Amino acid sequence: MKKYTYSEKKDTRSGFGAGLHEAGQQNPDVVALCADLKGSLKMDAFADEFPERFIQVGIAEANMIGIAAGMTIGGKIPFTGTFANFSTGRVYDQIRQSVAYSNKNVKICASHAGLTLGEDGATHQILEDIGLMKMLPGMVVINPCDYNQTKAATLAIAAYEGPVYLRFGRPSIPVFTDPDQKFEIGKAWMVNEGTDVTIIATGHMVWKAIEAGEQLAELGIDAEIINIHTIKPLDEEAILKSVQKTGCVVTCEEHNKFGGLGESVARLLSTELPSPQEFVAVNDSFGESGTPDQLMTKYGLDTIHIVEAAQKVIKRK
Amino acid sequence: MKHTINELEDIVSQVRRDIVRMVHGCQSGHPGGSLGCAEFMTALYFETMNHSTDFKMDGKGEDLFFLSNGHISPVFYSVLARSGYFEVSELATFRKLNSRVQGHPTTHEGLPGIRIASGSLGQGMSVAIGAALTKKLNKDHSLVFSLHGDGELQEGQNWEAIMFAPHNKVDNLISTIDYNGQQIDGPTEKILSLENLQTKFEAFGWHVITSNGNNMEDIVKALEYAKSLTGKGRPILNLMSTQMGHGVDFMVGSHKWHGTAPNDEQLASALSQNKETLGDY
Repeated sequence: MKKYTYSEKKDTRSGFGAGLHEAGQQNPDVVALCADLKGSLKMDAFADEFPERFIQVGIAEANMIGIAAGMTIGGKIPFTGTFANFSTGRVYDQIRQSVAYSNKNVKICASHAGLTLGEDGATHQILEDIGLMKMLPGMVVINPCDYNQTKAATLAIAAYEGPVYLRFGRPSIPVFTDPDQKFEIGKAWMVNEGTDVTIIATGHMVWKAIEAGEQLAELGIDAEIINIHTIKPLDEEAILKSVQKTGCVVTCEEHNKFGGLGESVARLLSTELPSPQEFVAVNDSFGESGTPDQLMTKYGLDTIHIVEAAQKVIKRK
Repeated sequence: MKHTINELEDIVSQVRRDIVRMVHGCQSGHPGGSLGCAEFMTALYFETMNHSTDFKMDGKGEDLFFLSNGHISPVFYSVLARSGYFEVSELATFRKLNSRVQGHPTTHEGLPGIRIASGSLGQGMSVAIGAALTKKLNKDHSLVFSLHGDGELQEGQNWEAIMFAPHNKVDNLISTIDYNGQQIDGPTEKILSLENLQTKFEAFGWHVITSNGNNMEDIVKALEYAKSLTGKGRPILNLMSTQMGHGVDFMVGSHKWHGTAPNDEQLASALSQNKETLGDY
């Protein structure tokens, strides 16, 4: 198992904030909109340096999405920022008609996704957003795994023409990817090569997958770990190549097992390479209040759950 | 003026023919609101706006229009075609398979003149505001126009946008409300009363003007006046009274023609009331 270390923990939303600021410096057409959550989305650096390109919309997410769609007409590249719940479920029809169907170059940037939002509870812990967004034709869906990858993803989507959903989170987690990485939309990252089981993880679950890989190695299991940061378009080639070798797969995501990364992988495998699969994901439920760590344990998203799923799926080969 | 009032009225007559023929041709669509807005849309595209029929999505340096109540697509398509955005013969494909002239306006099939999809109501004012903000950032002094149904104002997103525009001094925006008092299920005052729209918009900080949307001279003047009010720190709202179904006697003023197609006999009657001026498609 390849060794991964980290020297600090940071929140992925700060990676977004840093990436947005840099994107603003690189391209004068980048504009940012927020719905009264500038601080939570770490948009301050952009707003301070480019006040004329920062639009405070107030608590009016539907209006924010519509304004963003309109701003693309004339060449702006709008980044909208609010919590994942208010970025998707609350404004689904606005995104569907004014952004996706109209093919507008809007970047929907969503923080506090999943259970790790913590104490605010289920009203704010959306676990359905990946599913909602990936069903929209033409929508790119990205869920990066740490600060550095989120920053790189933010810069990459600024350079990409078309609608994008970028999902990140609140808690501080290990920073373990290369700060100078080149982020390629739709391209999987091979975290560790192995032969016994393929573990496919996205977002906050990637570090847990690495921890699980280390524990599995101690048990004599050689896990291949793949980071799928782009859920749509899915890197089908990388997944098929890996599962051809290992013969089974565990998918890991901080999302409902319905509609997420796991289902995308299952759809691919069922048609191309039927293989045993286990899902480390929330089992069709809402979340609740608690600390992020408590919630990840209670809802079956911890390192141990990945280890157990890997052992189980290997037996099903 | 680019055209005389008589010339504009002749165009309107042809637009009305296009509308009823399109809706009759596929036995589907929304003639009532389309007919009611025929003068306004003709005035906008043939007189008021500075725009290019050599369509470019970015619309830099030209006035832009957004139709929020997308179901009145027949009048939009007719006016775009008659302006020269695409061949009038394409109107015959309205709502038919493999057409760019979709039931509701969309960018998806690449029809020239359309910059956003609309149909799901209440989204157009936000989009128009966004386009207006980009014009300001680009130091582009052209204007943004939008049209909204009155019943459409029951959608909450409008009020987010109505609050936003004055606060942010979006003064390069002229929004028009098609104030015909009708919606699918009946009169707006019965379904969900709009109360006093003028004072509502004024309370939010808009500069409100009123107009008669079925009088060509009045609507042309109103739009010119609206243009003179731009750049003064406030968005402009044109509260435009119209009759649903205007120009076809049996359709006038009734919500029953919101989304109903005429039969052959009704088509003949409607056409007899609106002379062919530019040649039917």
